[in-house]
Amino acid sequence: MKTNNVILHAVVKLVVFIILTLSVYLFLSGHHKPGGGFIGGLVLASAFVLLFIAFDIEAIRKAIPFDFKRVAALGAFISVGTGFGSLLFGENFLTQAFGYFDLPFFGTTELTTVTIFETGVALVVVGVVVTIILSIVEDV
Amino acid sequence: MFTVNLAIMIPFLAAALVPLFRKRTLRIHIGWFVFLVPAALFVYLLSYIPSVSSGETFVHTIKWIPSFDINFTTYLDGLSLIFALLITGIGALVTIYSIYYLSSNENLKHFYAYLLLFMGAMLGVVFSDNMMVMYVFWELTSVSSFLLIAFWYHRKRSREGAQKSLLITVSGGFGILAGFLMLYAITGTMSIREVIHTVSVSSEHALFVPAMFLILLGAFTKSAQFPFHIWLPSAMEAPTPVSAYLHSATMVKAGIFLVARFTPVFGGEALWLYTVTSIGLITLFWGSFNAIRQTDLKALLAYSTISQLGMIMSMFGLGSAALQNGASSQSVFYTQAAFAAVFHLINHSTFKGALFMVVGIIDHELGTRDIRRLGGLASLMPITFTIATIGSFSMAGLPPFNGFLSKEMFFTSVLRILEFDATWQTWVNVIPYIAWIASVLTFVYCLLFVVKTFFGEYKEEKLEHPAHEAPYGMLFSPSILAVLVVLIFFFPNVLGEHLITPAMASVFPTIAGQADLGVHISQWHGFNTELFMTIGVVVAGIVLYLTLPYWKKVYQLFPEKWSFNQLYSNILEQTEKRSKAITNSYMTAYLQDYMTYIYLFFILAVGGLLISSGSYIIDIKQNNPISAFEWIIAISMMIAAISILFSKSRLTAILVNSFLGYGVAIFFVIFRAPDLALTQTVVETVTTVLFLAAYYFLPDWKKEKEHRRSKGLQMAISIAVGTIFTITALAVQNGKLFDSISSYYENSYELAGGKNIVNAILGDFRAFDTMLEVVVLLIAGIGIYAIINLKDRKGDAHIEDK
Repeated sequence: MKTNNVILHAVVKLVVFIILTLSVYLFLSGHHKPGGGFIGGLVLASAFVLLFIAFDIEAIRKAIPFDFKRVAALGAFISVGTGFGSLLFGENFLTQAFGYFDLPFFGTTELTTVTIFETGVALVVVGVVVTIILSIVEDV
Repeated sequence: MFTVNLAIMIPFLAAALVPLFRKRTLRIHIGWFVFLVPAALFVYLLSYIPSVSSGETFVHTIKWIPSFDINFTTYLDGLSLIFALLITGIGALVTIYSIYYLSSNENLKHFYAYLLLFMGAMLGVVFSDNMMVMYVFWELTSVSSFLLIAFWYHRKRSREGAQKSLLITVSGGFGILAGFLMLYAITGTMSIREVIHTVSVSSEHALFVPAMFLILLGAFTKSAQFPFHIWLPSAMEAPTPVSAYLHSATMVKAGIFLVARFTPVFGGEALWLYTVTSIGLITLFWGSFNAIRQTDLKALLAYSTISQLGMIMSMFGLGSAALQNGASSQSVFYTQAAFAAVFHLINHSTFKGALFMVVGIIDHELGTRDIRRLGGLASLMPITFTIATIGSFSMAGLPPFNGFLSKEMFFTSVLRILEFDATWQTWVNVIPYIAWIASVLTFVYCLLFVVKTFFGEYKEEKLEHPAHEAPYGMLFSPSILAVLVVLIFFFPNVLGEHLITPAMASVFPTIAGQADLGVHISQWHGFNTELFMTIGVVVAGIVLYLTLPYWKKVYQLFPEKWSFNQLYSNILEQTEKRSKAITNSYMTAYLQDYMTYIYLFFILAVGGLLISSGSYIIDIKQNNPISAFEWIIAISMMIAAISILFSKSRLTAILVNSFLGYGVAIFFVIFRAPDLALTQTVVETVTTVLFLAAYYFLPDWKKEKEHRRSKGLQMAISIAVGTIFTITALAVQNGKLFDSISSYYENSYELAGGKNIVNAILGDFRAFDTMLEVVVLLIAGIGIYAIINLKDRKGDAHIEDK
């Protein structure tokens, strides 16, 4: 049965960008407001899942040519890696640092190593969620 | 700031980088890049020799989990320096050798990643001062050894050998873990140096002797001591560079390292002296006895390694006699044995490494290593022949090779123990005889190794390739080792003064202050008993070698079915059978049953605790009043929950179920937990999608067949679970056991620079938890992927057993 999903497709194309923006916003706002790596990653994953539901898997695969298993592995590597990073500076394992920097255009901005750590978390969440859903869906 | 801690990390880092090399864009063998790692570390460690030989030690700590006293502390002293130099030095030579041994068609990235993993783990074992960290590295050596043995995993024997070595060494590793935890319970510290300091108090503790035996169990399994030696011959399925590196020069010596490291702790116990010495001597004898019957050159070397490890082990046992009656300057008489042990350990690494590489060359060039098919290679492979002769004569204990010196010292130490006032005098009196007989047998198999391979008739028709000398690249590493064998014979005291004497100070810290632990090694010390023993070994060895066909029948007294190997496979088979039977008895393939197990456990454990602790009395007067809005949500959630039970289609059930989830999210909003509400909403959405995806595969929605348990019982379980849950949720609020810790986190803006306390906890204060959760999530994801995608489909052939 081939149904015509024109409306769904049109809406999804628009909504996905809103979700993507939201996920980035949530990810970055996590430091001071609700959000963070886990939730940002989950929202990002749900954007992908929405694409997979609305369009067929093969088309999206071509458009987003990531191996999500590798994304997850990379994320875990980053998270664990930040822990070892602090060792290089003679600090204890997983010590996080933050500082305030004067950046052009952004003004005084707080930059922290937690962001790198949280990037890893987000990537693992995206990778694992999409991998699980794709594996189940494709297992026919 | 370059510390030993970082030195341990470098091989791991390199192992992570190896897979990034692209084969096509690379003209040079990856091995050359890998070679830089051990070579650089070797040079770096060499720079420590002057300070270590003057008695300095280096400690560096990186805090790891300070709350559990687990810190990444490295301790560089004489003992660890010797081992580290062997690991990096032999490692560098083996890497060069492997470049020529393994062709570029093999899976080199895996090979070198595993090899570097092992190198890092092994450095970690010898440098760790913290017992838990040492244990982790210890198990990591077992794991990397497993991966390397199974390198040619398409061979059944490789996989079996890998499994056997892993099972035996890891069970020993558990022993170590238990032993370490007992030591921690006794002394209250994880640091080995501090354990040594407190030994006079702690040796009275009831757990002290059990801890000793558990740690010895780990040491014996790792160092292939009788009766755990069976994994080492099976491990010979690994590529020869691995056998030369892990299974003769370094990893199998980890057990000996552990014994040496813990001699200051347990050495004063009489049981330690007797156990270590006896097991070592039995292994020495049994290994050499069995080496003679082998026809595979690698198996012969495997048994000879077992035997030599037993010899080193027994010498450490004999050395602990020095601590039996309190440490004094007279004790130096017995510490000589430990000195000989360290000396022989170095010598063994040189000559056995060379011998393994020789066997690898023969196997590589001729296509066989069966001594029944070899012969007459002396003139065809002159350089290989020279190295083999130097190596095996050193092993046999002949001059002018380093094995002669340490063998003489071994004889000295077994003679000295006769003067020890022992409780088991008869056993002590037998020791020199066992040592002598084992040395004779060692001489016999060394002769076998050289004569059967290099002399006699050349049988080209039995070889896969005609004999020819190996390429120079392959001969390089064994030649270096052979040169060392001779050099050490002529200049043994360079080694003795600069490396072995500081190592002795680590093994006998109590004696080090009172007397000089150094021993002057001399090539000639007159006509004494030791020399006559050696002459006797040569004469008896030659006689036994010539009469070998007549007495070889002895081996038929030990039929195959009585061997330890058979015992091992029986145990393995029975364990699998029994555990399968037990598992099948409760895995009934009914979800209902599984739920019953889970909930019954919940009722018994949580419900039991509620009743026994009396915490089921709830006081809800203090709680906030429930608003009307909350009532509405709660009631609608209840209705949803009950309606699931009566829903006709699965889709309805899934959607109603997700209503429950969103209801919880609304509660989070009301109770001002926006983080949780957000997370709950998104998780609920993704879960619903997941449900719908799985929905496709589920069978028709029908009631599972009524089976055994009655509805009444199910009802009782359901009500009990619901009640216990509710009571628990309410009882949590009851008494405060400790003050609130939230005030600490309120400073998150100053401490972590974040205003969101929840995320500051997740990413900074408790980042360790988050990191591990992320890793667990990854593992779970990979697990699900593997279960779904890589399952054994019907009709698929088992390709791995070809």
